[in-house]
Amino acid sequence: MRYHIRHRTLYRYSADVVHSHQLLHLVPRPAPFQQCLEYALQITPTPRERRDEVDVFGNPMTSIELEHPHRELCVVAEMDVQVHTRPVVLAGDSWAWEQVREALSYHACSPPGREHLEACVFRHESAYVRIKRAFMDYASDCFVSGSPILAAADALSSKLHRDFQYSPGETTISTPLLEVLEQRRGVCQDFAHVMIACLRSLGLAARYVSGYVHRSGGADDASHAWIAVYAPPFGWVELDPTNDTRVATDHVAVAWGRDFGDVSPLRGVILGGGTHELSVSVAVAPLEAAQ
Amino acid sequence: MSTPAHSASSLEGYRTEPGRYDELLDAAGTVRPHWQVLMDRLSKADLRQSTQRCLQLTRRLIAENGVTYNVYADAQGADRPWTLDPLPLVLTATEWRDIERGVEQRARLLNALLSDLYGAQRLIAEGLVPPQIPFGHPNFLWPCHGVVPREGLWLRLYAADLARAPDGRWWLIADRAQAPSGAGYALENRQIMEQVLPHAVRELGVRRIRGFFAELREQLLAGGGSDEGGLAVILTPGPLNETYFEQAYLAHQLGWPLVEGADLTVRRDTVFLKTLAGLRRVHTIIRRVDDDWCDPLELRSGSALGVPGLIGAVRAGRVTLANALGAGVLESPAWLGFMPAIAERLLGEALHLPSVGSWWCGERPALEHVLRHIDRLLIKPTYPNQRLEPPRGGALEGRARAELIAHLRAQPHAYVAQDPVVLSQAPSLRSDATASIEARSMSLRVFALVGAHSCVILPGGLARVAASGALDVVSHQRGGGSKDIWVLPDAASVDVHDGAVRSPVSLVRHEELPSRLVENLYWFGRYSSRCEDKARLLRATLAARIDTEVYETAIGICRELGAAAADADPSAALRQDVSTHGIIADARRLVWCASQIRSRLSATYWRTVAELQRQLQDSGRRGDPRKALEGLLLSLAAFAGLALDDMRQDQGWRLLSIGRRIERLQFCTQLLALYLASAPATQQAQVEWLLTACDSLRVYRPRYAVAPRLGPMLDLLVRDGEHPRSLNFQWQALTQDLAMLCAHDMSDMQALGEPLPSLSDADLVALEGPEAQPRTALSRALRLQCEAAERLSDRLSMRYFSHTRLDSHALAS
Repeated sequence: MRYHIRHRTLYRYSADVVHSHQLLHLVPRPAPFQQCLEYALQITPTPRERRDEVDVFGNPMTSIELEHPHRELCVVAEMDVQVHTRPVVLAGDSWAWEQVREALSYHACSPPGREHLEACVFRHESAYVRIKRAFMDYASDCFVSGSPILAAADALSSKLHRDFQYSPGETTISTPLLEVLEQRRGVCQDFAHVMIACLRSLGLAARYVSGYVHRSGGADDASHAWIAVYAPPFGWVELDPTNDTRVATDHVAVAWGRDFGDVSPLRGVILGGGTHELSVSVAVAPLEAAQ
Repeated sequence: MSTPAHSASSLEGYRTEPGRYDELLDAAGTVRPHWQVLMDRLSKADLRQSTQRCLQLTRRLIAENGVTYNVYADAQGADRPWTLDPLPLVLTATEWRDIERGVEQRARLLNALLSDLYGAQRLIAEGLVPPQIPFGHPNFLWPCHGVVPREGLWLRLYAADLARAPDGRWWLIADRAQAPSGAGYALENRQIMEQVLPHAVRELGVRRIRGFFAELREQLLAGGGSDEGGLAVILTPGPLNETYFEQAYLAHQLGWPLVEGADLTVRRDTVFLKTLAGLRRVHTIIRRVDDDWCDPLELRSGSALGVPGLIGAVRAGRVTLANALGAGVLESPAWLGFMPAIAERLLGEALHLPSVGSWWCGERPALEHVLRHIDRLLIKPTYPNQRLEPPRGGALEGRARAELIAHLRAQPHAYVAQDPVVLSQAPSLRSDATASIEARSMSLRVFALVGAHSCVILPGGLARVAASGALDVVSHQRGGGSKDIWVLPDAASVDVHDGAVRSPVSLVRHEELPSRLVENLYWFGRYSSRCEDKARLLRATLAARIDTEVYETAIGICRELGAAAADADPSAALRQDVSTHGIIADARRLVWCASQIRSRLSATYWRTVAELQRQLQDSGRRGDPRKALEGLLLSLAAFAGLALDDMRQDQGWRLLSIGRRIERLQFCTQLLALYLASAPATQQAQVEWLLTACDSLRVYRPRYAVAPRLGPMLDLLVRDGEHPRSLNFQWQALTQDLAMLCAHDMSDMQALGEPLPSLSDADLVALEGPEAQPRTALSRALRLQCEAAERLSDRLSMRYFSHTRLDSHALAS
């Protein structure tokens, strides 16, 4: 599949912002299953400084600094992305989940190997993900003894989809995750964070993926978030608990990290500004379908 | 067990404890030779007398210097006086060499470990370090991975907590790696001890510690600065932090500005200090803010303590941090058990300083060992953000014990078990009236300054003693105290003499005034003047009680000006501190401003602040409110005097002075306006009261040689150009200050408006007449003058402090 994506973020401030630092995660990272063919990033007002770099998790990141007083910040990212079909991964062929946990734990003087080691980065608490018994308990009926990790993860994804209500506006990014678990409602970020918390509380490795999803049937497009679980021998496998699906050609990944904090599309600190209003619009158009 | 002391009378009651090393007495119970000189000195006359003298002198010096240690959520208020035991810990040159060697190696090792963790991560790949320890640690900062600090030094300041085992060897109990505190307290302790036991210090030739701070100054600025010499700052979390005193003290000693996050800004990957004269580049930051709070842009997003963009500046190599962001990852007991292998791998050396037996439970065999021996082990959290009071396994029973075991099994990597430490004991003075010598357990904090080619150890440090007797936990949070450490010299020790070695760098003058500091100086000026004015007004009013008519005018004015509450007696103003306008509330604000500008105040000045604080606490309890006011006025007079004599008269001082003058102008114009509008303004007793309230009766009498009358009174309080209580005097002085502050721009002065209403002699006569109209007109003119002064204050705020007012917000979409 090939998509044309337009992602527009607009901040309106009630008072002058006199200085602003922003980190942008808006360029799709290169991956075996996707390529970014065309890319344009338009920022108004023009930043005093702009630097394109790669963050510690390998995601393209743009950092900008604005020095002139402004009441509005508009960032438009436009891109063409080619998404390839991923190899079929059969849940039954993945390792038992306890075996994965064991492989990731420490054994003196027996080095874990590069791939396991990379997974170890994503096993711990992070800014938005807690490790708590409650998450372990919630996932326990999916993670029965000896079940293949992917089968268990698929089951957890389905359970979340079944139990949780998708309801925008009920949570914010600062709603504590345990509260989200109790209320059983939220948006894609919450679904992803809860699922990651469950997996990490079990001693497994999971990361947060930020990107776009194309919805057929005229539904509104939006920026989206899902998860990836470390599932040897396949490595990282992506699941979308909000839509209860394995990630295939409808999803375009932009960046991944430990949680939302590492990869939020725009993250910044402003001086001044009073109150602000944020509007975000995303359009994901399949190019083949259009032609 | 009682032991024979060197003289039965002096060490009566001092007990050694079996199984514990005693610093003072050897196994046979005799005083160790290196303590002999000190003990002899103490008991030369009468031991009890000399210990009592030491104790009292120490206490007084601490109170006068205002040395505090803040304890969060302390019922006694945030400021707790620092406790210093007047008996130092004496160590021989040989003992010290061992410590030095061990700490120097440790500092090198930890720097090498940080370099690996934030670089190639070889130790993890080779299986020598469990990934869980760094990766699960909140102070392991992924955004700092791959960032190499200047000279490859992640660790520049390091402190080691040491304890002496029963066999006399030193053990490492904890590493302080991100923002070690305590060196400033060590310096303060030494300065006090040099006054308490001057002869002993000299006779023993105790090694000097000042050179360490001179070295620190040089090293942190060297290479980081440009030709102009760099600017270094100390970044503090603010006055509520437990070691704020120490931070202010260090800043003062080093001559570096003490700043908060909002004082700094990052522009184009360069750190700047917001000063009165504009942005000034900062080359070096000693930070006392924890790792993950340092940059709300890339780290913990809600942090108001940090500086947005700081990591970017570090990444660009444009600022040196002591210590590097992320160094806090080393602060976990989980590392201890892995250190011997890490030292072997990174340095090819065996550890000089053993650490207390530790088992990280994330390894299965270790967990099994811990569970088998849980009753004699101490369980600690691996990560500092876990909430767990360290309970001794053995102290737990029944359900609590079962719960602990369940926690260990569920998240083994989050726990560390340690052998309990048996601390050594040293002589301490009981702080009660007996001042007798008793044994208390203690540990050491030793400080190191790490350079690219060398490592300097402070020859002394901080001994920390338990709150009482033989406890195995020492901490200031738990009410323990401190001791100075006296290291004895030998032929090989060479110390830098006080201030003897200073490279030309330290002669570079720094004129940076952080804007926030200047704002606090300004308000310090305003509140000091406001308190004085209100105190005088209240004093005069209380004195006027016998004359009902005068008292009625006086109390009305007091209430209008907020000096007395609407329905209360003026004497209550000193007792009630609920009113937000009362003198007590103003004095509290004054003390707060003083705490904010502490790094600019001399020790003498700070003593005056401490004295004022004491008076505030006592003011409600005192019997006679007039006496309390006298005391308050005396302190405030000292404030004013010291402001003139004891401070550098730079632009910051000028704003303090402007603050005082604006306040005085406002207060006096209001007071006179209210007075003139009151009916019996021309009566002699009333005029006399006003002159008293303005502290001007003693000037009036010889000058006018007539009984108090309105005309001459206005001549003195409005027109006189030489009387410091007159409006004209204040107006002229303010004009001069403004001219000095902004020589190039006179618009501020224009905001002040026309000079005061000019009063001719004929006007004065008319004002004394039966008609009220001239008095009402002057009253109105004075009110306008008061408003002009307020406008000027607003303008100054806008111009000089406005950017300190804007809040930063972290946003994410």
